[in-house]
Amino acid sequence: MSGRFGEIWVYLATSPLLGLTATLLAYQAAFWVYRRAGMNPLANPVALAVAMLVALLWFTDTSYRSYFDGAQFVHFLLGPATVALAVPLYANLETLKRNLVPLAGALVAGSVTAVVSALVIGWVAGASRETLLSLAPKSVTTPIAMGIAEKLGGLPSLTAVLVVSTGILGAVLARGTLNLLRIEDHAVRGFAVGLAAHGIGTARAFQVSETMGAFAGLAMGLNGLTTAFLFPVAVRLWG
Amino acid sequence: MLGALTLLLVYQLIGEVIVLAAGLPVPGPVVGMALLFATLAVRGEAPAWLREACQQLLAQLSLLFVPAGVGVMLHFKRLGAEWFPIALALVASTVIAIGVTALVMQWLRRLIGRDGP
Repeated sequence: MSGRFGEIWVYLATSPLLGLTATLLAYQAAFWVYRRAGMNPLANPVALAVAMLVALLWFTDTSYRSYFDGAQFVHFLLGPATVALAVPLYANLETLKRNLVPLAGALVAGSVTAVVSALVIGWVAGASRETLLSLAPKSVTTPIAMGIAEKLGGLPSLTAVLVVSTGILGAVLARGTLNLLRIEDHAVRGFAVGLAAHGIGTARAFQVSETMGAFAGLAMGLNGLTTAFLFPVAVRLWG
Repeated sequence: MLGALTLLLVYQLIGEVIVLAAGLPVPGPVVGMALLFATLAVRGEAPAWLREACQQLLAQLSLLFVPAGVGVMLHFKRLGAEWFPIALALVASTVIAIGVTALVMQWLRRLIGRDGP
């Protein structure tokens, strides 16, 4: 690039405007593709938007840091969005009360299983300590998972990628797994998907039925809370 | 919308302050979420303006992960070197977590004789 266009590019590349605008454009393009693909979990809009932006930054030789100068305004909203999860959780309070014992049991079992199985399998297969710490909160909704990884010395941006991958995997693999175990009840299916595959699993569950979606959303919120409180304590005790 | 956003930020701020002051290992926004949940439970209802604003914000939740997701470009080397343990852990652990959660919940529901939502 040379001359006038080159100067404009140099100016834009260092201002937050470009990173922010590119993020919004890429996401909306990705969402359009996702809709056109019939909301197939394999066409996950986050994965698509990320791929587009990585390609853009790579081709224009832009660093992640200068991209993030703009994108941080979107990223910042993860905090209030986490707080906002309290509202749908509260909306399910009656369901929660009526199913207290099965939900509490499944929540603790699932929450611990999701973290421990990832740690054990990753460790046996030879993952490094930082990778393991970034991998552990993979089933928790992204804003909470990133907060946990950051607190523990994992890599929050790696966690974000692993969480999104888990969500896609869960949305794709849930049907086969649950059919194999002969679990038919939509409440149980929804809770299992929401716990293991957070928001992406919940979105998938809502496509099947209202009950399945409600229980998935409940599981997502509860697992976020449980993992956020239990997991750092466990790591601290463990050393 | 503005009122709701301010409320969410105030709860997040209180959460962050509690985490810092008490040295808790939990993320500040999670404490804010727990406090807001407790507030709603005590009040006995969530006001419509808050529900609407939160619904709007959460409808775009996946957009908020994009900037962090782009951070994958910082980890290509690690992902290349450790792709096998990462892929194995993700796939196997996700299937196991779905199975264990569903089996425990179904077992407990039958145990206390509650089927259906």
